[in-house]
Amino acid sequence: MAELYLKVAASGLLIGTVYALIAIGLTIIFGVMRVVNFAHGEMVVMGMYLGYALWTLFAIPAIPAALIAAVVLFGLGVFLQVTVVSRFVGRPQHSQFILFIAFALVITGLHLMLMGPDARSIMAPISFETYSVGGLRLDAARVQAAATALVMILALIAFLRFTFIGRAIRAAADNPLGAEVVGIRSGRVYAITAGIGLACAGAAGALVSPLFDAQPFLAPEFTLLAFIIVIIGGLGSLTGALVGGLLIGVAEGFAALLINPAMKSMFSYGVLIAVLLFRPAGLFGGKEAR
Amino acid sequence: MARERNARTGRRPRGVVAATAFFCALFLVPHLLDDAWVAVFTLVLFFAFVGQAWNLMMGHVGLLSLGHALFLGIGGYATALLLGDYGISPWIGIPAGAVVAAVVGVGIAWLGFRFSVRGVYFALLTIAFAEFFRILFSNWPLIGGTGGYFLRVVPEDNVPLLSLRGGADHFYYVFFVLFVAGVALSARLVRGRIGMFWSAIREDEEAARALGVKSFRLKVLAVAVSAAMTACGGGAFALMNGSLFPNTLMGMQMSIQIILAPIIGGLGTLFGPFVGAVFVVLVLEFSRDLGQTAGVYGLSTLIYGLTVLGVILYMPEGIWPHLVRLARPLRRDR
Repeated sequence: MAELYLKVAASGLLIGTVYALIAIGLTIIFGVMRVVNFAHGEMVVMGMYLGYALWTLFAIPAIPAALIAAVVLFGLGVFLQVTVVSRFVGRPQHSQFILFIAFALVITGLHLMLMGPDARSIMAPISFETYSVGGLRLDAARVQAAATALVMILALIAFLRFTFIGRAIRAAADNPLGAEVVGIRSGRVYAITAGIGLACAGAAGALVSPLFDAQPFLAPEFTLLAFIIVIIGGLGSLTGALVGGLLIGVAEGFAALLINPAMKSMFSYGVLIAVLLFRPAGLFGGKEAR
Repeated sequence: MARERNARTGRRPRGVVAATAFFCALFLVPHLLDDAWVAVFTLVLFFAFVGQAWNLMMGHVGLLSLGHALFLGIGGYATALLLGDYGISPWIGIPAGAVVAAVVGVGIAWLGFRFSVRGVYFALLTIAFAEFFRILFSNWPLIGGTGGYFLRVVPEDNVPLLSLRGGADHFYYVFFVLFVAGVALSARLVRGRIGMFWSAIREDEEAARALGVKSFRLKVLAVAVSAAMTACGGGAFALMNGSLFPNTLMGMQMSIQIILAPIIGGLGTLFGPFVGAVFVVLVLEFSRDLGQTAGVYGLSTLIYGLTVLGVILYMPEGIWPHLVRLARPLRRDR
């Protein structure tokens, strides 16, 4: 029994790392632009389809596919930001919401047209491999996805901390007006931020493509999952998103094991409601939430 | 309204004449058009009514709810369960559902305002509650769970006025009555004292409270009225469909559908939700037809998305205010 719990905890931590990468994409966009990307899950699904296509067409495995997906979605993020979203920064929430819902509809429509409604699964040899770590057997695909996601998260944190562009992004998030005053071009910062946010979602999608079947209708679930993690961790906090992702990954695993698989997301929503009421700033967010 | 000149808006009774003509035209729809169109306009009235209810919260008080499908579900299930399991008439079932929805709405609002959950966080709170209840209903064997709950076929000796169930025309009038009542109620609330307070809260809550506006009570009231109205729509919708599925009736998609019409039509206007509903339903029907004719799966979703994108880009205020502004040069009395 103890071994089963350990296995659930371990695979929860692994998938939680990928969840964290998705959530970080959402949180960085919100932190800088105060825009909530309600089409985030659609971007993840896009990454999944990219992973699927790269494997079936060119036999490119998940890790390089994740890098390619990150680059493609970075480009998409910059494009959408410069053409459309930039006009909506600072507009009332409901019109931003409708804008992203429209994005979600368009992307879902394109997915359906290109890939059809049926689930697409990858039959790669890695799906059947396992690693033994101290007597625990873990899926190779899961371990690789988690490791890649963790490297990407750490790289992003380092980028924001140590590079000039990263510091400019943080400055714009902390104090948009002050950043403008010292000569940071907020338009460019926003474009790069949107690119990074979408790249996180795309990379995570490509990483999970060997684990989950790609389907257009998975998108809302990913969006809501990212929200739950981000709220629990604190909107705009990267560390919070990482911890929140791991928490939700493990909690979902145990809820599915102990309660009932169908009820596992109910548990997540219960946690979300509690956090919203008692600590709206999240567990790690210190700044303005009220 | 039918006074010489409304003191506040400066509108002449002409507005009343136009409104009356509009309602008369709507009343005649089943006599002028065939069944397919009646079904389309029934949907339009449904979304216009529910959109009007949502608009009370967002358009007039500035409370963004992204989980309104919850109240639709409560109203639908209350009506259907009372009728199906206990044989209680919808005449009692629909108000009962409205009361339950109002209580749930007040509970959510009380919690949210008590802990001062604001802005984006309030919107997420409404999503969280709606999804929580959706999953609860999906896993509740008593009401059919994900498999759905089905109403029995209408008996032979059915009297539509008593059972509220009937043919296409009957349901058209059910929603017509709801819609007219909804517009009347909204107009009363919004143009009265309460509406003034609501606008004050929407524009600047701190200032309103400083002037003695009881914002907490008034916000809870708005949620209660909005939830009760939405539940009435849900009850009638359940009777019309004869079957209820938690994932379609209470899902995120439904919440989005409810929101689209009033935002596209024009937030905080009495007529906007109807214009938006006409637009949304017609575009949906049109894109579905086109998608089926072309035989391309997903084309309808794409067209629908692009249309919504176009409207929000070029008419951020909504279609109805846009039309009013276009018509302004034609009015001599300005």
